[in-house]
Amino acid sequence: MSALHIKKGSTKHSAYNLRPNFSDVQEQHTLAVVVENEPGVLARVIGLFSGRGYNIESLTVAEVDHTGHLSRITVVTTGTPQVIEQIKAQLGRIVSVHEVHDLTVEGPSVERELAIFKVVGDGEKRVEALRLADIFRANVVDSTLNSFIFEITGAPDKIDAFADLMRPLGLAEVARTGVAALLRGA
Amino acid sequence: MTREMTGAKMVVEALKEQGVDTIFGYPGGAVLPIYDEVFQQNDIRHILVRHEQGAVHAAEGYARSTGKPGVVLVTSGPGATNAVTGLTDALLDSIPLVVLTGQVPTFMIGSDAFQEADTVGITRPCTKHNWLVKDTDQLAATLHEGFHVATSGRPGPVLIDIPKDVQFATGTYEPAKPTASHYQPAVKGDMEEITELVAALEVAERPVFYTGGGVINSGPAASQLLRELVEATGIPITSTLMGLGAYPASGKNWLGMLGMHGLYEANLAMHDCDLMINIGARFDDRITGRLDAFSPNSIKAHIDIDPSSINKVIKADIPIVGDVAHVLEDILKVWKARGRKVNREAIAKWQEQVSEWRKVNCLAFAADEKTIKPQYALQRLEELTKKHDRYITTEVGQHQMWAAQYLNFEDPNRWMTSGGLGTMGYGFPASIGVQMAHPDALVINVAGEASWLMNMQEMGTAVQYRLPVKQFILNNERLGMVRQWQELLHGERYSHSWSEALPDFVKLAEAFGAKGIICKDPKDLDDAIIEMIEYEGPVIFDCLVEKHENCFPMIPSGKAHNEMLMGEADTQGVIQSTGAVLV
Ligand SMILES: Cc1ncc(C[n+]2csc(CCOP(=O)(O)OP(=O)(O)O)c2C)c(N)n1
Ligand SMILES: [Mg+2]
Repeated sequence: MSALHIKKGSTKHSAYNLRPNFSDVQEQHTLAVVVENEPGVLARVIGLFSGRGYNIESLTVAEVDHTGHLSRITVVTTGTPQVIEQIKAQLGRIVSVHEVHDLTVEGPSVERELAIFKVVGDGEKRVEALRLADIFRANVVDSTLNSFIFEITGAPDKIDAFADLMRPLGLAEVARTGVAALLRGA
Repeated sequence: MTREMTGAKMVVEALKEQGVDTIFGYPGGAVLPIYDEVFQQNDIRHILVRHEQGAVHAAEGYARSTGKPGVVLVTSGPGATNAVTGLTDALLDSIPLVVLTGQVPTFMIGSDAFQEADTVGITRPCTKHNWLVKDTDQLAATLHEGFHVATSGRPGPVLIDIPKDVQFATGTYEPAKPTASHYQPAVKGDMEEITELVAALEVAERPVFYTGGGVINSGPAASQLLRELVEATGIPITSTLMGLGAYPASGKNWLGMLGMHGLYEANLAMHDCDLMINIGARFDDRITGRLDAFSPNSIKAHIDIDPSSINKVIKADIPIVGDVAHVLEDILKVWKARGRKVNREAIAKWQEQVSEWRKVNCLAFAADEKTIKPQYALQRLEELTKKHDRYITTEVGQHQMWAAQYLNFEDPNRWMTSGGLGTMGYGFPASIGVQMAHPDALVINVAGEASWLMNMQEMGTAVQYRLPVKQFILNNERLGMVRQWQELLHGERYSHSWSEALPDFVKLAEAFGAKGIICKDPKDLDDAIIEMIEYEGPVIFDCLVEKHENCFPMIPSGKAHNEMLMGEADTQGVIQSTGAVLV
């Protein structure tokens, strides 16, 4: 073959992590995107995902630095490694985006979500719901004679597990915030 | 120094500060205050187009032929929506534009007011960035930021939407502060990657340069450095449609354009190379053909200022993010410092192989005594205009591909064509923009009759401003490129690909106060072209050509570079249904 001695996709010296080893495996990544807090910025980010056919599993956004005019968007997405790299590069070229962090790569990170659950029922089921809520450290934030609203925070899979348990006990409605995430350590 | 003034005046002041000499536009209710300011000054020339799409393409022509951003001023609602095609065109071809739109007053936004449209919403996906300015104090800074964003990094169109009350109100004018923006894309490439590329270049046996519009966008220095590198290494070079002229067509290492209608030698060199050096191109689907058969045995280096271009389509073994001129300068520096090595023996052999491919003479065509072949028309146009200070624009279709094949470009910024979007109707207004920037040059739009009709209203603009643009229409009375695909892919069912009820182009020219020339006999062609060149005003040249000519070589969709169709004889049953679903 050729006299070129380059192992394809081997090393990685670029700041952009552009030496890929592409595979077809779908991965879930949590991205933290620091953006200019200006009108339309969320539409730009969401429009990028819908326009290019990327997935959004969850998305949260709020201003995090009032004087610096910065908001933080946390987006959980899935795709092959190539698609994930594309998503980050495409996010990076939006003019209002200041920083893109892939917490899944840069990690370990802490991921938390808040959810509130309305559970309707009486008798044994009502007692059981309360018992499980206690195990999951969910708080009762509203109650009537035949309903509770529980508040729970935690990693998304803990919230999923809680939802699964509540379903047979009269789960009527759920509202979830989506994931907020930070890298661990200083 | 800061000064108090109205928003409308700020617009004119900011344009002057940015060095703008020409704007293309069309007035309306929501931009009247700005037009009032335009009226009261003489530094900036305003060109009144006949349709806002024309204004944007004209600004693109101006930008591509000068390297400066093109500027457009249009009204709200329909003015803004008419600009959308041009914005999308400029986004796909990375052309720097600053488009200013009027908007209904801030207190009426959201009320479905007369000529209200959600302009920033509509244009968000077709601009590099856009702004709605709600406060006159922010206007000057936003205008300066607009120029900065349009021209920094990978260039592109920006849009600034200015409500009418913001134009009337008084605020503080802030002069431009280049460092104010957080948007500062890196221009220097990673030295380790550059060194790795040089190391590969030193030993490669069958290297090829694959260059694109990024070289032109990077500026004249990039083309100079590219020429130096190519001459010094003796490596063959091909280019995309967008990159023609960066390396001269007369250069001895020139392979010609590559891609779907690229040259045989260029496509085979891409397929067989062992080192591909992509400089400012983006592995577009017109270039790669079937991806899993694209240049199967090569190491691929990719130089691009936009990180998202790298690994988007083709994995890069040596990725380099940076501005072409900066990266080429570093490549040359490192290569010289390491002793200017290349594998001369192997490259000589490789060049021999290239010469063999050249002998196939893939652009040969059967000339005819009675009918003008479109290829012949372009050969004659090339011969009779190549000595001139010449700029070429094109429309979209077969004529565009033939122009790319048969015209030769010796310098950058001389060739403006709609590559990424393939916008019929681009070429005529673009030629107007080019002529505005180069009043004494010979500006020719190589057109198809169907494309040309899409923005023919701009004849009024050409005549009004005495712009001697030459409209060289290869009239096959067909949507030729559509017809070709129907012939090859859809069982010769020519569904709606005729140009019926065509105008008499000579009379049309005369109706606008321009000159019309018709030519249908090959024997008359040279004289007619000379007459067109020598006429000191706009000309419509109706060149009646063979109606059923197909454009070759052609890599059909879904095929690889080494599966080119070279002529009619190759076309029988070659395109499979899997290819037919591709565009
Ligand atoms: C605005 C727009 N509409 C449709 C097309 C699809 N299209 C591509 S080439 C072509 C035919 C162009 O005909 P003409 O301008 O006469 O050029 P020819 O191919 O005959 O040289 C069409 C309809 C397009 N590229 N742009
Ligand atoms: Mg035609």
